[in-house]
Amino acid sequence: MSMTVIWMIIAMGVVTYIPRLLPLVMLKTDNWPAWARRMLTRVPYAVLGALILPGILTVHDNIWFATVSGGAAVLLAYIGMPLIVVVGGAIGMLGIMQLLF
Amino acid sequence: MKENNTLFFKKGAADGIAIAVGYMPVAITFGLIAGATGLSVVEAVLMSMIVFAGAAQYMALSMIALGSGALEIVLATFIVNLRHLLMSASIHERAEKGSKGARAVYAFGMTDEVFAVASAKPAPIRSFYIIGVGAVAYGSWVGFTGVGFYMGSFLPLILQESMAIALYALFIALLVPSIKKDGKMVIILAGMGGLFHSLFALFLSTGWSIMFATILAVMLYEGMERLLGVKGELKENENREEEEKASCQ
Repeated sequence: MSMTVIWMIIAMGVVTYIPRLLPLVMLKTDNWPAWARRMLTRVPYAVLGALILPGILTVHDNIWFATVSGGAAVLLAYIGMPLIVVVGGAIGMLGIMQLLF
Repeated sequence: MKENNTLFFKKGAADGIAIAVGYMPVAITFGLIAGATGLSVVEAVLMSMIVFAGAAQYMALSMIALGSGALEIVLATFIVNLRHLLMSASIHERAEKGSKGARAVYAFGMTDEVFAVASAKPAPIRSFYIIGVGAVAYGSWVGFTGVGFYMGSFLPLILQESMAIALYALFIALLVPSIKKDGKMVIILAGMGGLFHSLFALFLSTGWSIMFATILAVMLYEGMERLLGVKGELKENENREEEEKASCQ
């Protein structure tokens, strides 16, 4: 157990708690400019994009393995499968490809 | 009064079960990947206990795996969770006044899902209702993180190796429903996020790269929207745009 990791976790907790707490105890956001609200709601989409690319391409030495497995995840998510099925499906697809090729 | 609080807590807890079920696989996967990333079980469970933010915790894992520094991870966590400002603000407008103590408690559990369930209730939303929802969701998140951690070692090697894709599959699973709902906007934002991250990653470490990619993507989208949105409506703006183009050339 590393102390650096423990302190990092505590700091992560603090910076997560602050934005959740502030509006409830002090901030008045009613008169925030519309653009600020818009931009904050869009952050998650941009973050998810950045988290998927380019990382997913380095999951396996063969770039096609990750592409096909990622594609399976997209397909499963698109037809509305639950989270665990999407994740399990992508893992299964990558496993099958490693067995076959 | 006190009986009322108990009643609202119970109602909240009942509605929280839906979230608890939804969190189960995500928390198990988190515990599993945390183990594979090299975290100890104490560190993994502690992170779920103290941070309680799925996307940020997953991001931390991938950043640890890529060798990012602690400061970058904390800053990235902050940026990712800034969106909760809006959710808490929205709850603040619709919830009963309640004590500051109660608000401080449910603020801790204000995840996307707890927010979604709570804000579906008609105003005024009761403090103890939100606390009930949050408590059950939290219990599931922390408990199944521990379960997931120990599940990892029982899996065959090939499956453990294939687990590397789990994180990305989860992000895809979180993104696709938004694409179905909001279409082009989500695709463009996510596309720009991915593109800028790919570029910045060539000369920046992962944490900073993700942060700058995110900020740039959101700002560019806002800029594009304004340029296209005001076109033809305001003569002054058009002229200014043309001037800017001219000065660029």
